[in-house]
Amino acid sequence: MSTVLEITDLRVEYPSRDLRQGPKLAVNGLNLSVSSGEVFGFLGPNGAGKTTTMNVLLGFVNATAGSASIFGVDVRQPIARQRIGYLPELTYYYKFLNTEELLRFYARIFHIPRREREQRIGAVLKLVELEGARKRLIKTYSKGMQQRVGLAQALINNPDLLILDEPTSGLDPLGRMKVREIIQRLKEEGKTVFFASHELGEVETVCDRVAILHEGSLRIEGRVSDLLNQFHCNLEHVFLKVVGYQLKS
Amino acid sequence: MNNISAIAGVVIKEMYRRKDFYVLFVLTALITLLLGSVRFFNDDLIVRYLKDVCLLLIWMSSLVIAITTAARQIPAERESRTIFPLLAKPVGRGELIMGKFLGCWLACGLALLVFYFFFGMITASREHAWPLVSFFQEIWLHWICLGVVVALALLGSIIFAAPSSNATICFVAVAFILFAGGHLSHLANGMRGMAGIIVYVIYYLIPHLEWYYSAQDLVVHDWGRIDWLYWGVATIYGLLYSGFLLSAAWLAFRRRSLTS
Repeated sequence: MSTVLEITDLRVEYPSRDLRQGPKLAVNGLNLSVSSGEVFGFLGPNGAGKTTTMNVLLGFVNATAGSASIFGVDVRQPIARQRIGYLPELTYYYKFLNTEELLRFYARIFHIPRREREQRIGAVLKLVELEGARKRLIKTYSKGMQQRVGLAQALINNPDLLILDEPTSGLDPLGRMKVREIIQRLKEEGKTVFFASHELGEVETVCDRVAILHEGSLRIEGRVSDLLNQFHCNLEHVFLKVVGYQLKS
Repeated sequence: MNNISAIAGVVIKEMYRRKDFYVLFVLTALITLLLGSVRFFNDDLIVRYLKDVCLLLIWMSSLVIAITTAARQIPAERESRTIFPLLAKPVGRGELIMGKFLGCWLACGLALLVFYFFFGMITASREHAWPLVSFFQEIWLHWICLGVVVALALLGSIIFAAPSSNATICFVAVAFILFAGGHLSHLANGMRGMAGIIVYVIYYLIPHLEWYYSAQDLVVHDWGRIDWLYWGVATIYGLLYSGFLLSAAWLAFRRRSLTS
């Protein structure tokens, strides 16, 4: 299996607002590699550095040291993002556009030919079950519908790597099930999925491998089945042990 | 170019779906119509004065549209966080700035066409003549000038955090250039030592937008067209200045963290 995503000695520091303090260390010497066709869970408590790492992968933040590449291309190059789809944690889309216009705009950015563009828009809208609302302005959508728009835009270019930042955050059980089904389907199609989530039951169900980050450093990484065997408990307990939380019972 | 035109298309779509643009347009159109319909003693000088006032109004409206639209583009993208899904796609930051510039500039051009068409119709109905070449040169130079203003506001939007402070600074800077830019060299002539040098440096550094503003005299006084050579030089000067300001905006934005 070829390597899709590679992070080497990644270090990210943020300048502190307080001049008396030094820079704040968000990620410290992270090494990670994700292979083609894997569903990779990126876990950690709030403030562990997950979103910062994703921000580096997407070119929103510059690494202080180290490097990251996607499909062998340095993430600082815009072309590295040609074959990826990204779903942010919350929905951030142009409220003055309708879904069809939004998807057409993003499809143009991916250089999808006009004829194929319309087919692709139809296919992703069918997948996320928004065909009936394609002409409605996004600002009139419910939160669940907006999350599905997010998923549709992440899939518009038929990506080989999907980066999902807490894809089921704020969704009702039905919405979560749908997202899980879509991830499962993408896995069957051989796509690589890299996602951050706090829903550990969901991660245990769909992920092949996980990495747990704490205070900016990688604490453990491995196949889900191996970790469960090693710790003799479920993933939630593995997570708690790794981040140093003492269970009472 | 595909990415730039796609981003520009969204900017234009946003503009015509917002209501403030229409309010400004209707206000300008109403005042132009009112002034155009007034006739005082059949005096030519008064007609010229009214044309001058109408054009001043068009200039002010176009500057308001250019500055307010360009100043909020990138801050609004950051505030509403729409910049994240956009830059998670194969879009460079330079393309984002160019797309925003092109969208704002084209939108300003469309607004100018409407304003001048309306103004032209009124003056033609009064004077029974429509000097098309003069009108074309004035609209074109006005549009080139707005290109510099849009580029300046985009650069400001990357330097200053709040769109309102950026818009205010841009208005003050553009007003200063329009009304005082041409007098700086005379001022520097009368000054000695370091102060004179500083004023000279400012004179040569600022984009001389007042040259473009003076082109409205062609229409007001029916002076006929200006030499195409000067027109071409003014066009190249404006484009070079816009390019310089956009390059500065790109340099300031290309490595900036989007999460801070």
